Amino acid sequence: MNVVSPITKLTPKDFATDQEVRWCPGCGDYAILKAMQRTLADIGARRENTVFVSGIGCAARFPYYMATYGFHTIHGRAPAFATGIKLANPGLDVWVVSGDGDALSIGGNHLMHVLRRNVNLQLLMFNNEIYGLTKGQYSPTSRAGTRSPSTPWGSIENPVCAVALALGAGARFVARSVDSLQKHLPEVLKRAHAHNGTSFVEIFQNCIVFNNDVFADFTAREIADDAEVFVEHGKPLIFGKNKNRGLRIKPGKLALETVTIGENGVTETDILVHDETNRALAGMLAGMERPTMPIALGVLYCDPTPSYEDGVKDHFEEAKKHGTGKDLNKLLRRGHTWTVAG
Amino acid sequence: MSTVTSVAQRPTPTVRRQELGSAVVRFAGDSGDGMQFTGSQFTQATALAHNDLATFPDFPAEIRAPAGTTFGVSSFQINFGADVIKTSGDAVDMLVAMNPAALKVELPALRNGGLIVVDKGSFNERSLRKAGFKSNPLGDSSLDAYRVLEFDISAMTLEAVKDFGLSQKEALRCKNMWTLGFVYWMYGRNRQTTVDWLNQKFARHPQLAKANIAALNAGHALGETAEIPHGLHGFTIGEAKIAPGEYRTVTGAEALSWGLVVGTKLAGLQLTFCSYPITPASALLHTLSNLMEYDVVTFQAEDEIAAACSAIGASYAGSLGVTSSSGPGIALKAEAIGLAISAELPLIVVNSQRAGPSTGMPTKTEQSDLHQAVFGRNADSPLAVLAARSPSDCFEVAIEAVRIATKYMTPVILLTDGYIGNAAEPWLIPDVDSIRFPRVQFRTDPAGFQPFLRDPKTLARPWAVPGTPGLEHRIGGLEKDYDTGHISYDPINHQRMTEARAEKIRRIADDLPPQTVEDGAEKGRLAIVGWGSTYGPINRAVSELRKKGQDASHIHLRHLWPLPKNLGELLAGFDKVLVPELNTGQLTTLIRSRYLIDAQGLHKVSGQPFKINEIEAAARECLEK
Repeated sequence: MNVVSPITKLTPKDFATDQEVRWCPGCGDYAILKAMQRTLADIGARRENTVFVSGIGCAARFPYYMATYGFHTIHGRAPAFATGIKLANPGLDVWVVSGDGDALSIGGNHLMHVLRRNVNLQLLMFNNEIYGLTKGQYSPTSRAGTRSPSTPWGSIENPVCAVALALGAGARFVARSVDSLQKHLPEVLKRAHAHNGTSFVEIFQNCIVFNNDVFADFTAREIADDAEVFVEHGKPLIFGKNKNRGLRIKPGKLALETVTIGENGVTETDILVHDETNRALAGMLAGMERPTMPIALGVLYCDPTPSYEDGVKDHFEEAKKHGTGKDLNKLLRRGHTWTVAG
Repeated sequence: MSTVTSVAQRPTPTVRRQELGSAVVRFAGDSGDGMQFTGSQFTQATALAHNDLATFPDFPAEIRAPAGTTFGVSSFQINFGADVIKTSGDAVDMLVAMNPAALKVELPALRNGGLIVVDKGSFNERSLRKAGFKSNPLGDSSLDAYRVLEFDISAMTLEAVKDFGLSQKEALRCKNMWTLGFVYWMYGRNRQTTVDWLNQKFARHPQLAKANIAALNAGHALGETAEIPHGLHGFTIGEAKIAPGEYRTVTGAEALSWGLVVGTKLAGLQLTFCSYPITPASALLHTLSNLMEYDVVTFQAEDEIAAACSAIGASYAGSLGVTSSSGPGIALKAEAIGLAISAELPLIVVNSQRAGPSTGMPTKTEQSDLHQAVFGRNADSPLAVLAARSPSDCFEVAIEAVRIATKYMTPVILLTDGYIGNAAEPWLIPDVDSIRFPRVQFRTDPAGFQPFLRDPKTLARPWAVPGTPGLEHRIGGLEKDYDTGHISYDPINHQRMTEARAEKIRRIADDLPPQTVEDGAEKGRLAIVGWGSTYGPINRAVSELRKKGQDASHIHLRHLWPLPKNLGELLAGFDKVLVPELNTGQLTTLIRSRYLIDAQGLHKVSGQPFKINEIEAAARECLEK
């Protein structure tokens, strides 16, 4: 298996299928598709070794538009299918594409377990805070008060924070980006791909029909610089139109606060430097909410440990060292046998 | 003393032993008394004595039910003899009751005049009350219809193991070995396999091994030396006429596991077994988890759904995915099985059936998931259904499931049950080299490749696995175009694809040997049609009927969907058709609707297997009508 075809550099177009893309005009999914095709070309991915696995929902149509192997499965279960694929052939490069309803509602259980198992795959969750394909009901990430066909008086439930949940489930790679960030998103996808283990990426994705501009409180062009902080390992957590705002630990508290460099004696050295191996910091970055704090984008957390497949491989090698190996007749004669003479 | 590590060597006194053709012994005690271990040791020794045998382990769902309660009674029944044994036995000849609760629960199974061995030491006021006895049955006349051997097994065990420094609790846990020693004496069994087993089991606790062996020897010695009441003596049972060859005992769970391993290995595939713990199916997961050296990957998923989905993912990627559960878990897997039908991927789903509905009686056997297997999904979603008839039959049926799943690119549901899974029987071990099985050929040629273009004969689509250059394609649960495999909502195409999926499963019947008659003529007055674990009782019932001059035949189905091609014609040759099932008539309904014949059902849903005489009585009634 995994025959490597002659290495010719593939372009983003080589990863596009001949299928007509059927998302609504203006859907954020188009931008993510474009970023993904570019990412695969940039990292030199092989079409035959790449598999896209999805559940159900708008995002789940993604595999049909990628000229790789693709499996459009059932609602919420894509992580389980992907796990089976990796058990059968750990050499495959598997991307799971999911949405907020698929991954956090019907598939919440599988999300938790694929993350804690640390199966070596990329799990992208397109978060549009709404059920699109079923025509606009509120989702588990919808903010309280969201009016929808099923919540005419506004939703009562509190939303789940996807990245905080991923950290809580034991994910070793947690990142965030936005559909329209065509420079940032491919870089995040490349980091996710390079990580050994489950890489969880939340992508804020605009649903133009049922939840248009729901992320405008931080993605709108005129405010984005002051409402988003792009985290980078080893670099100070600085943001703002004038690159003069930053995050620091609030004196005397275990909490983050935003400060302005040059005001109240704050200098750049006071600004917290991002350490992506620090889980506590990742948790605090994940917890930042509008309007009091900027939204953290980029690789919030990356601290690799051996993947699930690494463990399976070790057990295989160990078992083969001790076992009888190939002789099936020996298997059937394990333990006590006796012979009846003819 | 050197004798404690091996069988005590004593001169065997000349005892008069009564010759028996066969015997049914039931060991019963608290669920913590080790009755299942005791029974399986007796099974091993009996197989070595060249008797044919069949067993019936019957235990509560609670792991350690409160001591002394009737609902905590665990039992193990074995039927063994010099003749062919096909069931675990209708009536018990000898009941070993380790406490009053065991006596209370199991006494109805004992035949009149049967023998009871009890631990007198456990018959105190408290345990009698717990078991619901108003007075001590050992003291009143309630056991007059039986012969009773009372021993203070607790006291004699404590005495036998006193030199080994065990706590009172540890010492009393040797009671089952004392009892086993005595029963070994009664049937003239050799203790050596049990001695070896104890030494192995307690290799790291030699004192426990020595104590258990001492208890075993003490129980045996009592039989040789004690004054057994007048008219009672040991038994001998001649060797059964058994085909020559190498044998072992095997449970259904073991045979099924090995069948899956052998089938996938011969097919040239990795076996990926994905499961979630559930009674009584977990034994498969345990067995297969120890077979990694045979390219078996086992995966304990987070739930039943994930187990099915990961198995399908594994098949998609070129392994053979197998998932396993019991009825409630299969219900959860239904949507995923539907995807495997739509995506046309091989998959094996093992259902170790148990009594239902809902949680039902997890450790009790039933055959009530046949309709779930054949029909239990949304929409027209045909697949293949097979059933194993006995523990050893699981081996062949598992290999057949691998063959059908991979040849026809379809899910196969393999029905077994709690009884088959746990019961043991002697098995003539096959030579794997003599099994003919085609290696699976993955599609590798990109020329003319379309993922859903079908083989003209089998209608199976090609198995094109990720990693193969030039065959990149997308599949899923949406309807596919017949020719290109692309998503299609075209009305005519959906009709065509639905019919093609059904026809593919129907064509499996073209590929099966004709249904044969197990016993009796191919035409006649009465056909008794069975499937699954009712094989033994039906077969014995037909054999008894025929001995008595009745015209009856036994037909037993392995392939339940599609049904064998000649079955309709075969059944038409009989005046009457009787279908005994451990459900309320599921195969009966299937046969009636499929062949428009007036098949009659015999239904039992008590959590217990059929008795031979129940089937015989129903058959007589049928014949007299």
